[in-house]
Amino acid sequence: MPVDTARMTKVFSRPQSLTEAHFTYCPGCHHGLITRIIGQTIDELGIAERTIGIAPVGCAVFAYLWYRCDALQVAHGRASAVATGLKRARPDRIVFSYQGDGDFASIGTAESIHAANRGENITVIFVNNQIYGMTGGEMAPTTLVSQRTTTTPEGRDPATTGYPIRFSELLAQLDAPVYITRQALYDTRRIMDCTKAIKKAFQNQVDGKGYSLVEILSTCPTNWHMSPLQANEHVATTVTKVFPLGDLVNKGA
Amino acid sequence: MGERYLLRGNEVIAEAAIRAGCQCYFAYPITPQGELVEHMARHMPRLGRTFIQAESEVAAISMVYGAAAAGVRTMTSSSSPGISLKQEGISYIAGSNLPAVIVNVVRGGPGLGNIAPSQCDYFQAVKGGGHGDYHMIVLGPSTVPEAGELTMLAFELADRYRTPVMILADGLLGQMMEPVELPESLELSKLPQKPWAATGAKGRDPNIILSFDLSPENLKRMNLELQAKYAEIRKNEVRWEEMDTADADIVVVAYGSIARIAKTVIRMARAEGIRLGLFRPITLWPYPYEPLRDLADRVHTILTVEMSAGQMWEDVRLAVAERAASPFYGEMGGVVPTPNGILSEVKKYAR
Repeated sequence: MPVDTARMTKVFSRPQSLTEAHFTYCPGCHHGLITRIIGQTIDELGIAERTIGIAPVGCAVFAYLWYRCDALQVAHGRASAVATGLKRARPDRIVFSYQGDGDFASIGTAESIHAANRGENITVIFVNNQIYGMTGGEMAPTTLVSQRTTTTPEGRDPATTGYPIRFSELLAQLDAPVYITRQALYDTRRIMDCTKAIKKAFQNQVDGKGYSLVEILSTCPTNWHMSPLQANEHVATTVTKVFPLGDLVNKGA
Repeated sequence: MGERYLLRGNEVIAEAAIRAGCQCYFAYPITPQGELVEHMARHMPRLGRTFIQAESEVAAISMVYGAAAAGVRTMTSSSSPGISLKQEGISYIAGSNLPAVIVNVVRGGPGLGNIAPSQCDYFQAVKGGGHGDYHMIVLGPSTVPEAGELTMLAFELADRYRTPVMILADGLLGQMMEPVELPESLELSKLPQKPWAATGAKGRDPNIILSFDLSPENLKRMNLELQAKYAEIRKNEVRWEEMDTADADIVVVAYGSIARIAKTVIRMARAEGIRLGLFRPITLWPYPYEPLRDLADRVHTILTVEMSAGQMWEDVRLAVAERAASPFYGEMGGVVPTPNGILSEVKKYAR
């Protein structure tokens, strides 16, 4: 049956703030969703012409290809420090960093804590998938107890490797941050909640309120050796028990 | 040029950076360059500029990366152990073609070493202390006033070539006080435009700042462009000073504080009838190989004097290439060669 496109209404499209470049993420991974939500947020706030994104080292290393805005690709773990320098140099621009769990909560521990403690007026997107996706599935600081990775082949043993670090809770102890929240994307409701959280984290910066962090529990079907559906289920039933969802800091809500 | 001040080398570098239009300065305290950080802490905020005492040297150089990418003049400073920590960021800054100024007020090493003057970071500065095929322009001031002049020059060269520039001082120069005429402040609005900077893609395509390309062919091209830039710098920016070389039989090669001590030695040697001259590299990278080679054809001995085990000596020997004898005299660990000590070395080679 022929389709009369003239009578169709476009109800959904790629955000203007995303380029046409293809994502390099594996099927079922949530990074693509997060990237899209950020693009949509930049559109809604109308800030594309004054936004500068910071790409990390890790699965999101190519993030500078996907946003139609200025961008930097920086050293592993240093995104929050680079964001600090950039924002202080151009206080009227919108600066966001996109960082994985290894980047933000392991090699960048000092930079992450101190940017938050200074209350830098930046937006940090912290993607927690409990594994090092790009380098081949090694242990992350957020890897769950007993979780098998290529560097914990018998499962993560707290006796020798410690416990999954709840970095957002650590940062929530600080006085300066205005918004710290943990979100997930395993179903429609969570996607809508996460979208609101990301928008709030950018809006706070636009309003000059200060440091905002959105931690997102993401999936890694490839290195978790699960189907995308199993991975979603795993986040919903298991990961959220270790990393509870919700706002940890929400000043002036 | 205007009023004269009595200032330490550290303070002069800080004040010159402000006058050169440095808008963002990031550092972690370390001796013997504490006065530099403190001067910036006092003066940058009242000028509406950025001073951050960073959580680490690693963070400080990463903040420099961000500010440089945003298109403002930016600087960090430290001393030897802290400069080791900055090597990651320096490599990224070089690889991303960003302009930045890094000051190393060198102290005794290796490891924690001590806080006495040294030149033991020469290799790290001129051969590339971080990973990858890159260079910094390295300037070696010899007096407190020159530290100010070379700081102004450092910002200018960093912008012109979009490259990191290091001021390689030492604890002696940092701590020493001298009368100095400070340079005039540059007007921020007249600093070079940076259309490549990440300032927001308004009315243009996005600017992307990176040091990364997975394709070997593309990364090779990025490297070739860097090498072409370094060739340009070698062609245009070699700087050195000669003193009493016209009739010299023996020449001392020294930079920084040691070159200043060597000037005293030249007067002492000439008073005793020894025709001694001084060759002082001002740019340590690019190194003044050619003028030193020319000089080697006219003298019988070229004596390198350094506060290290003989790091610059390698570059001297590359230049001299056995055209003249090229012995070495050095001190380590924060011991500063005395004029008499250098003179007695010179006398070993006087004919």
